[in-house]
Amino acid sequence: MIKHLLSINQLSREDVLRVLDTAESFREVGTRVIKKVPALRGRTVVNLFYENSTRTRISFEIAAKRLSADVINFSTSGSSVAKGESLKDTALTLQAMGADAIVIRHSSSGAPHTLSRWVTASVLNAGDGTHEHPTQALLDLFTIREHFPSFEGQRIAIVGDVRHSRVARSLTFAMTKMGAQVTLVGPPTLIPPEAPAWGAEVSHDLDEVLPKLDVCYMLRVQRERQRQQFFPSVREYSRLWGLSRARVDALADNALIMHPGPMNRGVEIASDVADLPRAVITDQVTNGIAVRMSLLYLMLGGDARRGTDAADEAVEDAPGGSDPVLESAGETEGASRG
Amino acid sequence: MVDPLAGHDGVADLLVEDETISAVGKAAAAGSGGDVLDCDGLILAPGLVDLHAHLREPGFEHKETIETGTRAAAAGGYTAVCAMPNTDPVADNAAVVMEVRNLADKAGLTDVLPAGAITRGLAGESLTDIAEMAEAGVRLFTDDGHCVGSSRVMRLALEYAKAFDVVICQHAQDAGLSEGWQMHEGYYSALLGLTGMPSEAESIVVARDLALARLTAGRLHVTHVSAAQSVDLIRQGKERGLRLTADVTPHHLALLDEDLVTYDTSLRVNPPLRSAEDRESLRAGLAGRVLDAVATDHAPHAAEDKEQEFDQAPPGTIGLETSLAVVLTELVEPGRLSLTEAIDRLSVRPAAIVGLDEHGGPLTPGRPANLAVFDPAAQWTVGDRPFFSMARNSAFMGRTLHGRVLHTMLRGTFTVREGEPTR
Repeated sequence: MIKHLLSINQLSREDVLRVLDTAESFREVGTRVIKKVPALRGRTVVNLFYENSTRTRISFEIAAKRLSADVINFSTSGSSVAKGESLKDTALTLQAMGADAIVIRHSSSGAPHTLSRWVTASVLNAGDGTHEHPTQALLDLFTIREHFPSFEGQRIAIVGDVRHSRVARSLTFAMTKMGAQVTLVGPPTLIPPEAPAWGAEVSHDLDEVLPKLDVCYMLRVQRERQRQQFFPSVREYSRLWGLSRARVDALADNALIMHPGPMNRGVEIASDVADLPRAVITDQVTNGIAVRMSLLYLMLGGDARRGTDAADEAVEDAPGGSDPVLESAGETEGASRG
Repeated sequence: MVDPLAGHDGVADLLVEDETISAVGKAAAAGSGGDVLDCDGLILAPGLVDLHAHLREPGFEHKETIETGTRAAAAGGYTAVCAMPNTDPVADNAAVVMEVRNLADKAGLTDVLPAGAITRGLAGESLTDIAEMAEAGVRLFTDDGHCVGSSRVMRLALEYAKAFDVVICQHAQDAGLSEGWQMHEGYYSALLGLTGMPSEAESIVVARDLALARLTAGRLHVTHVSAAQSVDLIRQGKERGLRLTADVTPHHLALLDEDLVTYDTSLRVNPPLRSAEDRESLRAGLAGRVLDAVATDHAPHAAEDKEQEFDQAPPGTIGLETSLAVVLTELVEPGRLSLTEAIDRLSVRPAAIVGLDEHGGPLTPGRPANLAVFDPAAQWTVGDRPFFSMARNSAFMGRTLHGRVLHTMLRGTFTVREGEPTR
């Protein structure tokens, strides 16, 4: 597995399937009463968040804790960063403290790349500027796969501010890699003219696209973009590119509605649409934990453990299961006491 | 010896006595009883002239000083450097200009021609005392780092400057189209999620300035041309007889926007590295004399300035110590420029643009001995030895180049000998 996850483009098709398959196992862990396995016991995961993000930070935190890793949340307000510490010095400090993985969210595109040059820890991009958000793409793929057996030929529209969306980039690259047909939909000012070179189609007419879709993926629209004149008014945006109740009727019966959150109800998605059963938005959140567990496990522990004799012995010794990392910590302890 | 102005390209001896060349040709060596420098296999040329360097002093001495900047220049084969006025205080009056000149004289490594600001405080609003600065020796005026945005102010600058036979040099960049820019707008900016600045941000201003040059019959120089459309416009302007010159940087001739895929901040430059088509047009433009000169836009920054997130790092690359090697490696070796043409663009033409009569050759008896000697075949890796500049932010760091300056002479005195600055 890769050392750092900076861009979804680093992963091959096989890598993506491996992450998703491994996440299937961890998804099950999340349904147990004791939702914890010892896979990363003794490892340290630092959440380094330069931007506020409730769901991604908590998701990574839960993922690492369910793997029994020690988790440090380093948010920039009230820290040395607020005192003017540079990214480099923060990186060297975390390095000196023995971090095994650094999960970084930053408003500057490329900050995870830059960080990865200064540390030996694995760097996981949890969203950088308007560049990428690879773990979001993987959890989206996981969620889609729960409903459709294969990505091949699947039709997904990604609707909204593609230009400034790190989610759209990672998801487009991931879906095209897996053989899906991606259509980017939105006002011309918010779709990069270069998008066809990503292997995606471009449309400015949501109504024309909707009936063909398996997945309709709505992006969050920041009001800031209206102030920057990328579109003239929120009202006009919503009327042309918002997913209204009426538009949902144009979707195929089994088509999914997705959104990376946080939603602007009433702007890019009507409030009652967001609460429809086919809107799998909370599933995306749940699956995010399993996918991030999978990534942390594969990047930090998985390969090394599987490669050693010790791991093989652990598999054999494991009570009642074939894979020790998937045994919940509580059950394992209980078995040893017994 | 390669001396474009004298039309010389061949083996020769050159005798320097005191500050001047006293003899050239086979006879030169015979009369000499002094210091003999064997230049077998090396190239002797007029010292290089840079139209565009940020020496940072006064005000930003933590990035570069005039002494370290001119030492870097001498190490790169330069005998004259035009210092940009975006210092603190800004070189928008004769006092700052004189101070820069005095510091350069004290260092004694290259001639420094201070450029003056076009507008007070580089604010783009009111003209500086252009006459007073011209009397203090300023030949080139620019708000570099900023574009003179107002058509009215640019028109007045071009008009007023005519009385003093000085050059108005524009950093062409439309403010609206470059808002928040991080790199060239194109496939790679979309891929990397970095805010793009389209080529049109430059060419729109070039088109306007050409119209103003035509309106005023003023003398315009477009610096660090980066876009193919700008090259086309400048070609047309020259064909129409405008008093127009232009320069291009070594990094725009060599590197591309796609090199930014690692988010390396030393490749963040202003204007940004552009597409392969733009680069091809710049190379052809330089060969065809649409672009007159190679100018470094040497822009030193402290390590902590560049070791930041990409969008927070200030733009700029150092260039004085690599420019000759970049031109030799990227243009001369592949046959895009002859060696004579390279020296023309690096020395003769820039000296002529700013009227530096003592520089750029010809290397004939009675002329000042401003010389550079380099080994065109010497291979080296950028960064393999410390820079003489205070800064390390080279866009060419780690790249292997051909061509190494061995000796530089300013008015008969070695400023660099065997690759080492003498002072």
